[in-house]
Parts: sequence; structure tokens; C-alpha cells
Amino acid sequence: MGTGTGGDDSLYPIAVLIDELRNEDVQLRLNSIKKLSTIALALGVERTRTELLPFLTDTIYDEDEVLLALAEQLGSFTVLVGGPEFVHCLLPPLESLATVEETVVRDKAVESLRKISQEHSPVDLEVHFVPLVKRLASGDWFTSRTSACGLFGVCYPRVSSTVKAEIRQHFRTLCSDDTPMVRRAASSKLGEFAKVLELDYVKSDIIPLFTALASDEQDSVRLLAVEAGVSIAALLPQEDLEDLVMPTLRQAAEDKSWRVRYMVADKFSELQKAVGPEITKNDLVPAFQNLLKDCEAEVRTAAANKVKGEVLPEDSRETIIMTHILPCVKELVSDTNQHVKSALASVIMGLSTILGKDNTVEHLLPLFLVQLKDEYPEVRLNIISNLDCVNEVIGIRQLSQSLLPAIVELAEDAKWRVRLAIIEYMPLLAGQLGVEFFDEKLNSLCMAWLIDHVYAIREAATCNLMKLVEKFGAEWAQNTIVPKVLGMANDSNYLHRMTTLFCINALSEVCGQEITTKHMLPVVLKMSTDQVANVRFNVARCLQKIGPVLDSSALQAEVKPVLEKLATDQDMDVKYFALEAISGMYLFNLPTYIFSETFSFSSILFFFFSFSLSP
Amino acid sequence: RVVSSPPALEMSAISASEKVDGFTRKSVRKAQRQRGCQGSSQFAASSSRPAAPEISALPQLKDASSTEQHELFMQKLQQCCVMFDFYDTVTDLKSKETKRATLSELVDYVSTNRGVLVEPVYPEITTMVSTNIFRTLPPSENPDFDPEEDEPTLEASWPHMQLVYEFFLRFLENPDFQPSTAKRYIDQKFVLQLLELFDTEDPREREFIKTVLHRIYGKFLGLRAFVRKQINNIFLRYIYETEHFNGVAELLEILGSIINGFALPLKAEHKQFLMKILIPMHTAKGLALFHAQLAYCVVQFIEKDPTLTEVVVRGLLKFWPKTCSQKEVMFLGEIEEILDVIEPTQFKKIQEPLFKQISKCVSSPHFQVAERALYYWNNEYILSLIEENNAKILPIMFGNLYRISKEHWNPTIVALVYNVLKTLMEMNSKLFDELTASYKCDRQREKKKEQEREELWRKLDELRLQETSAIQNNRHEIQFTYSNNNNNNNNLHDKDENPAAAITDRIESNTWAK
Repeated sequence: MGTGTGGDDSLYPIAVLIDELRNEDVQLRLNSIKKLSTIALALGVERTRTELLPFLTDTIYDEDEVLLALAEQLGSFTVLVGGPEFVHCLLPPLESLATVEETVVRDKAVESLRKISQEHSPVDLEVHFVPLVKRLASGDWFTSRTSACGLFGVCYPRVSSTVKAEIRQHFRTLCSDDTPMVRRAASSKLGEFAKVLELDYVKSDIIPLFTALASDEQDSVRLLAVEAGVSIAALLPQEDLEDLVMPTLRQAAEDKSWRVRYMVADKFSELQKAVGPEITKNDLVPAFQNLLKDCEAEVRTAAANKVKGEVLPEDSRETIIMTHILPCVKELVSDTNQHVKSALASVIMGLSTILGKDNTVEHLLPLFLVQLKDEYPEVRLNIISNLDCVNEVIGIRQLSQSLLPAIVELAEDAKWRVRLAIIEYMPLLAGQLGVEFFDEKLNSLCMAWLIDHVYAIREAATCNLMKLVEKFGAEWAQNTIVPKVLGMANDSNYLHRMTTLFCINALSEVCGQEITTKHMLPVVLKMSTDQVANVRFNVARCLQKIGPVLDSSALQAEVKPVLEKLATDQDMDVKYFALEAISGMYLFNLPTYIFSETFSFSSILFFFFSFSLSP
Repeated sequence: RVVSSPPALEMSAISASEKVDGFTRKSVRKAQRQRGCQGSSQFAASSSRPAAPEISALPQLKDASSTEQHELFMQKLQQCCVMFDFYDTVTDLKSKETKRATLSELVDYVSTNRGVLVEPVYPEITTMVSTNIFRTLPPSENPDFDPEEDEPTLEASWPHMQLVYEFFLRFLENPDFQPSTAKRYIDQKFVLQLLELFDTEDPREREFIKTVLHRIYGKFLGLRAFVRKQINNIFLRYIYETEHFNGVAELLEILGSIINGFALPLKAEHKQFLMKILIPMHTAKGLALFHAQLAYCVVQFIEKDPTLTEVVVRGLLKFWPKTCSQKEVMFLGEIEEILDVIEPTQFKKIQEPLFKQISKCVSSPHFQVAERALYYWNNEYILSLIEENNAKILPIMFGNLYRISKEHWNPTIVALVYNVLKTLMEMNSKLFDELTASYKCDRQREKKKEQEREELWRKLDELRLQETSAIQNNRHEIQFTYSNNNNNNNNLHDKDENPAAAITDRIESNTWAK
């Protein structure tokens, strides 16, 4: 590619480009930096290497935003400097960027360094990259040492054993650095580094580091070690776990800082997988019990999310949950903190599949019922949203008597988001409770939502009706909901009349041609003379929507005259949508004069305005 | 609060665990204490809470004979190590009152009596204080706690804790207090735990810790460097990692007085602290909460060593707020404080970059920013500096002032700008006339320069397009498409294709350019 640009070099003296990168205006400087690849391309690979990169390395003092863009660009600069053979000349500017204070810049520089490390040959890695890592690791200011932590892992697997030993030594030093920032960085990279080490070194090097970091004086270091512990446990053979990592993990679960305990609770599933079923059973279960009883709500919330215990050994899972976990769960149901209860509610139903029918009826059902009556709507919603798990085991009937008041209350909640959430579960509930129960208890709720004062609820309610008809069939629709929906066409509130149209839009297809033609169409046509323009143009839209369901005789005889009439309406939006419908259904030869562009554009705008204001 | 398990059951569980292992009790109590100050859970209270052993009032110290006094003092200190759950307002009422009375008696005792601080009481006192105040701070009840808006969560056990702090202060201030004895107990670990407590949400507690730390810094020379280093670490974590720490203002207040006492010439460590911590601290989201203290520290440094002026001002200019007007006003305030103490020779070094920024602020569409910057002209000393250097400053300021005098939406600003222009004209009417005359030319020259830039970029983009199509190498193509996508905002190449975008861009770049 050098040849392609050779002739243009004189056109773009580096001074001009550098001027751009030095522009006084930060925004312009930023733009220039973001197009650094263009500049490099104009210069050609050689001048990029000999002139541009030294310039970038020297003038590293700039706004962090500019530096961030630079750090990112350099990560994909390899071809622009002449390919992998020359990739090492990107190291000096990135090295400076990796020592910057601003974390975002530094992290980006490290990311780019990790990326280009892969493009180094093993020799270049040892000659150029590893020395850089060592320099960073022994830098004076904490920033360079922090950055170094993220680079050991990428070079370790590809260097000779002597260099490997040096790298391990550097990592060890950083783990006991005297600034907590560096120890945090080391702690967060410990797991990653362990993964590339030989097993013997994991045992001899990593374990002591892990133990030390996990008992650091700063809780921010300790909590990062927990995550590392999970990775390390996964690397070790089963027989070593008990001696090498378990004491430390046990200690973390009882740490005096709630942040560390929270981390253990949060990583509990991963931890179980890493240590396997036996240790989980003997060791983690008691620890877990304590986490469920923790004095901080944050910890209990994190633990409550994990009560299902997926990794427990198959044969003893039920017993363990029954004897050890369930008693704690029972207490959590009446926790004072809503987040704890809500976390529990989202997983508690899952226990029923593990415990089986009898246990569910005897032990879990009472808990579900308590949570269904909880004062916080989120808790109740979480229970309802997971009803399918219980349905598989005991059938939802067991719950129906308590379910109903809970649903009714949520359906009438003052917060529309809560109402919206419960609507979304209606089809699921209807499917599980059966048509009879539904007609008797829930149908009226579903109809009430259609006249909710919040548009989002009305919209969700129409969609809900469609799903219900999909479940219960057209005949049910004709008997129960269609009459009520059509009845609203005579409502004095135009928003309710429009809801009729929206319902028809949603229902026509699932109800089929007969119901649509016989029952719905006449109502729609009648509404075409409504005095509110919004209703009239929605009639046009509705006709377009239900057109495909109707047969052609109905279209020609009934729909066509109405649309033609609407197309001459005084209101321009009504006209617009009538014409839209006509053209959309290929009903007629179109009168072209009406389609001037400005007209339709403004109509659309107007339509959106009127629509968004209407509820 | 609802207690869910019967008290009898609770009691038996506790006594069993106490018998097995003394440590269990201590750790559980500690955990319970954490909750006590937050009360996030009744659950822990009902199942794992140990009942605090009842404490009964001992005889008054003042009634004891001098031989018994020491022994009694020790006993009382030990008694005060018993912790109570303040979230539970029903239980242990009598014991709580006893402890409160004892603590307040101890406060009196150490502040009014001489010769009571004999060596054996030092470890007892440190233990008592540590037990009472050191704890892991609980999670904030309000995860989005905004110190400017929200009420802080107050420490529930304050009735005891306040007295403990008070006692500790009187102990440190007692004329018999021997730092050489105390340093065995008030060590690095102790100080580290104390510093962590600065994060407490309770402002009353932070106020006490501030005074305590100040005393410790004053009396324990061996701990000074350590304290400074740990404060640095807290600040660095605050700036670059968490952006959350409640006690920044208090720590800065202490540092303000520490800086005051620095010896000259300043050590490299102190300069590093200024440049690597105090200046970047201006970027923090919560700047408003501690800006006064921060500005005070910065000005202290400049007063100590005026040669620091240039790096400080350049540092502030580097971190000048781009979008937050509220912060911009604070920066302008701080710059004025610096200008108030600046030496004229130092002023010359920074006048150009500084007044370029001030010129931008003066033309800010946010009237508070413009107003704050224009107020500089009410400051006699600044005015004299400007007058002295008007040949440099006038050309920098003129363009924006002239434009704003015609364009700004806010009449107050326009009036202020007229005054400033008048002042400048009086300073150097010849230069002023020249600038007025060349104003139009300058604008045109700027425009032309802008066009040249656009032309350059257009050519570069063409070149890139050629390259991309010429090279059939997949890798290249992917890379360039990628960078192309990345950069299409403000992309000059796009402008040519889309006239509308070009116009908006030009307008934008006009506002950017001065």
C-alpha cells in the first residue's frame, strides 16, 4: 500500500496534518484524531512509522477525550504501519497512554495493547512487548502498574520459560503492591492469569496470592479475590480444592464486610459449579444458609436469587433444600426489605419442580400465598409471572382462590406500569385457569382495561384480547368479547370509540371472515360518519387493516363507497388515510391529483401530533 | 418492628453459641451492630442477635477513693465495650441508659482530672473506642443517595457514639496524654479504620472524625506520612474508581491546614499530590460538595510556592467543564481566587491560555457563566493585571466581546459587556480602534482558514476511498469501513454529499471557532 500513496506525499506534508492534530479547538482535534487512520494512510506506512508515531508519542498531554480516541485507534493500526512485522512501533504511544490517570483512557490503551500483542511474533513479543510490560509493572506511579496487571495474561503463554518465571515474579510483586488501586487491579486479573498458568504454578504461585488478596485489609480488594477464587477453583483437581481454596472461600462468606459477602452470594452459582456437588453439599450449604440470614438486605437479596441450588447432587437435592434451605426461605417470605422478597418471589416458584407435588402443596403453597398478598406489587407480580412452574407440578387450581384477589388488586393498581405488567400475564393465566374460570372472574377485568385512562394500557388490553381469542377460539370471542367491544362503538367518549376500532384491528384476523363481515364490519362502516375526525381516519385505517379478511363482494359493495366518501372528507388526515387505504388495498384507479408530496408529509406530521396528544 | 420468633427461643440459641465459642459471640455482635446503625433487617434481629449482657451501674468515680479510682475507671471502660442494638427501641433500655451515663461520666473524668492517664489505661481506651466506632459501614439505604438533595441516613446509635467520640477527643487533648505511649495502640491499622469511617453518611459523625484525625495528625509525627498516603488513596479511588465517598470535604479541610504547615521548598510528594490528585479532583461529579475546600487547598499551595501557578492554571484549563455550567461557575470562582493571590510575573505566563478560556466563558449562552466571567472586571487587582498586559489580552478578548455585545440574548450580559468594552477601550484606545477596524477582516480570514481545512480533509477522504477500492485486501476493507462508520459524525466527506448537513456543520464550526 506504500506505493499507492507515494505520489501524494508531497501534497500532504506532515506539518499540515500535525497542525490538524494540534488544532486549538478540542472538538476539531478530536475529529482529527478519530480520523487518524486517514492521516496515516495519506502518509504511507513508512512516514507513519517514522514521523506520525513519534509525534503522537511525544505530544501525549491532551484532553482525556482525545487520548481515549487515540488509544482506540492505535489498537487497529497494524496494517497502517506495515503489518505484523512492524506492529511493535505502536508500543511507545500506547505505553504512554497506559500510564495516564484517567481510567477510561488507560483501560482502552490496555485493551489495544492486548489486541496488538496477538499480532506480535513470539520473538517480537519477547524483544518488544514483554520489556514494555516489565517497565509498566515497575513504574513509579500506580497507573502504570495497574495497567501492567492486565497484560501478563496475554503474553505469558507465548514466551520462553525464563521469561515466564519473570512474569510470574512481577505479578507476585504487584499483588502485594502498597497502593490498594494496584492490588485491586491484580486481584481482578488473578483469575485470568491463573487460567494461562501451568497447574503446578497455579498451586505454588497463585494460591498464596489468592489467600493473601482474599485477606487484604481493604474490602474492595477482598471482594475481587472472590471472583478470582471461582476461576481458580475451576482449574484445580477436586482433591486439592479442600486444602487450597475452601478455607479462603469459607472465610469470604463470613467476611466482616457486607460487600464481600454480597460477592459470595452473587457468585454462588458459579462457585457451586466450580467446586462440584460434594463440596457444595457439605460446605457451601451451611454458608449459604448464613447468607440467606445475613444482616444486610443486599446480601440476602443476592442469596435469595440463588435458592434453587441447580448444582446440588441430583440424589440429595430435594433433601438438602427441604431441610436446610426451605426454613430460611420461609423466613425470607416475611422479610422487611422489599428487594429481598421480590428476588425471592422471582425464583421461589422454581422450587416446586424440584420438591415435587406433595412438598409443594404442603410447604411451598403457603409461601406463595403469603407472597401473593405482599404489600409490594413487584413481589406479587414476580409470583404471578412464574406461575407456569407451579402449574406443571400441582396445577394452578390450587392457587386460584388466592390468585384472584391478587390479580384484581394488581389490575387496579394506581401505577400504570404495574397494570401493564399484569396484563402481559393474562394470556398465560387464562391458559392455565381455563375458560370457565376466566369468564367468571377475569373477563370483566380485561374489558375494564379497554377504557383505562392510559393509552399504553388500552393498547396492551387490545393485544391481550387477541391473544385470548387465539387461546379460546373464535366462537368464544363471538359470545363473550365481541358484543362488548362493539358496544363501545356507541360510547360518548371518542377515545373509547377508537378503542373499538383498535380492537377490531387486532381481532379480525383471529376471529375469521364470518364474524368480521357479519358483526364487525357494519359497526366500522357506521362509525365512518363519526363527528370526531380521529375516529373517522381510524375507520379508514381499520378498513385497510381488515380488508384482507373480507371477501371481495363485501369490499366492493360496502367498503369501497365508504372509503370513497372518506376520501372527500373535509379533514385532511381523514382524506390521507382513506386514500392510503384505497391504494393499499388496490381497490380503485387512483385519482392522482391528491397525491402531492407536501400534502402527505404534513398529514403524517399532523397525524403523529394528534395521536400523541389524544390520550 | 415485628418480631417473628419468640424471645425465649432466641435466648437459648444464643447462650448455646456463647458457650461453644467466645469468638462467635463477638463476630455476631459485630454484625448485629452493623445492622443496628442501619436497621435494614428485622430478620437478623430475631434469629441471630445475641442479647447484650445487661450492664448495671457501677459506683461513681468521684465517690471512689483514689486507690480504687483506677480500677473503677478500667471497669467502666470495659463496661462501655458492650454494644446495644439501637434499632430495637424496646429492649435493653435500662442498660443503654447505664452505658450512656457511664460514657458521659468518663468524658468528664478525663477532661477534668489530672494524672488519670496511666499507662495501663491506653490499651483499654483504644479497645473501647475501636469497639464502639469501627465497623463496616452499611450499604446506603438510598442507592442513588445524592448528598445535595437527600437527607442523610443518621447513625442510630449516635447517643452512645457521640459520647465515645467526645471521650476520645478529651483523651487526646488531655495534658497528660503521651503520644509515645499511645503510638503502640493508635497505629497505622487504627488510622486506616478511622479513615474508612469518613465515608459515613452521618455528617455529625464526620465532623467528629475530622477533629479526631486532626488531633492524631498533630500529635503522632510518625503517622503523618502514612495518613497523607492513605488520604491520597481514598481520593484516587474516589476520582478514578467509585466517584463515591461522603467525607471528601472533611478530608480536604484537614489537608487545608496540613498544607498550611508544609515546609519550603515543597517536597516532590506534595507537588505530586497537588497535580495528580487535587487538580484531577475537579473532574468529579460531586464537585459542588467540596469545591470550597478544594479551592482553598489549591490556593494554599500557590501562596506557599508561586512557581506552581502555571501548572495549576494549565491543569484547571485542561479539566475545564465542557457541558456543566454549574461547575463552570465554580471553576471561574476558583480562578478568581487564584488571580487574587497571583504574582504579576506568574500572571504573564498563563495569561494567554487563561484569557482564551475566559473569552469563551464570557460568550457562554448560559448567562450565569458569562456573568461570573464578566465580574472579573469588577476586581481591582485583576483589572490592574489586565491593564498591565492589555496588548496581549485585548486581542484575545475583543472578538467575543464585540460579537456578544450584539448577539447575547440576556440584556444584563449585554450591559456588562458594554462596560467591559468601555474599560478596555479606555486602557488602550489605539489598539481598540485597530481591533474594531480589523474585526471583519479577521472573521473572513478565519472563514477562509476553515475552508482550507475542509478542503484538506476532503482530499484526504478521497485518497482513502481510492485506497480502499484499490486494495482488494479484505482486512483493509473491513478496517476502513469500520473507521468510516465510526467517524461519520462531523465527517467532512459526508458534508459534500449532504448539503443540509454541511450547513449545520458549518454553523457548528463557526460557533466553535473564535
